[in-house]
Amino acid sequence: MDVTPDIKNDPFPGEVHSTPTGGVLVTALDDVINWARSNSLWPLVFGTSCCAIEMMSTASAKYDWSRFGFEVARATPRQADVIIIAGTIVNKMAPILKRLYDQMADPKYVIAMGACATSGGPFFYNTYSVVKGADHVIPVDVYIAGCPPRPEALLHALITLQKKIKMGITREQIRNESKDELSQ
Amino acid sequence: MTNEELKIKLSELLPAISFEEGGQWLNIIIDSKEWLSFANSLRNYPELSFDYLFCLTCVDWKTHLTMVYHLESTQHRHVIVAKSKLDRNNPEIETVSHIWKTAEFHEREVYELFGVKFLNHPDLRLLILPDGWEGKSPLRKDFEDPVNMIRL
Repeated sequence: MDVTPDIKNDPFPGEVHSTPTGGVLVTALDDVINWARSNSLWPLVFGTSCCAIEMMSTASAKYDWSRFGFEVARATPRQADVIIIAGTIVNKMAPILKRLYDQMADPKYVIAMGACATSGGPFFYNTYSVVKGADHVIPVDVYIAGCPPRPEALLHALITLQKKIKMGITREQIRNESKDELSQ
Repeated sequence: MTNEELKIKLSELLPAISFEEGGQWLNIIIDSKEWLSFANSLRNYPELSFDYLFCLTCVDWKTHLTMVYHLESTQHRHVIVAKSKLDRNNPEIETVSHIWKTAEFHEREVYELFGVKFLNHPDLRLLILPDGWEGKSPLRKDFEDPVNMIRL
């Protein structure tokens, strides 16, 4: 099952200049760092409802997100790079989500999986307890539609996140850039 | 016992109850004041021995509240649903937490979400809602929360 077949041929960000004795690699360090980071993203074990079941399915043998570098889900935020908000965030859970995000080491990325995490979804109206979108609590890089989204959709989102990292346009990268500009 | 046999047995035991037809299970309606003694007989009468309370909940009908108890006997494998009407302004019913231990948590949940007062409950306080939600009863139909709630 190929989600995006071209991902295998995603080139190394640089050029090899041939010389008589071998070759010289010309590249930009930022690009190499982003390239390296994007291919080894460790998700946090975090699921609050039915989307978590689809997330587990994506992690297991049939869909197997390790193929794209999401190797191992970490049970501690201190070792995780990406948090997949898989499920409804209620008001009582919001401070816990914020704390988990704060405990993750930089660089960190966020995926909002499913209708609940993007907008509150089916709990948007007439609910006293649900946060209407996890982006009220932490900044989100990629949103996935669906209730719950299929594993293919989650894989697509993860690959989209990789592309964003390579292009340097995740929330955190943009924030750091603007910080650098301000300090200059 | 089949539903019909149960019906006959229960009518012998307590003439005051009435039955509701048309469901998978036998529905009985009982006055809330008689609920405790009736629950005791449901649990202890050997031919009934309802020893498993698998659901305890409440329904808000806007005019009144209804307590709903789903009971099963693990010995005889028969099921009944007991319902009891409560006054919406002052909902009170005897606890059954000493008969079915599981009712202790379920009654706390009904207490926080519907504001039903369970008389003689050993530990009646909020179960899941955070502090500050005492007496707000968010699962009632007329509950309003302008901060967290978007009305459709």
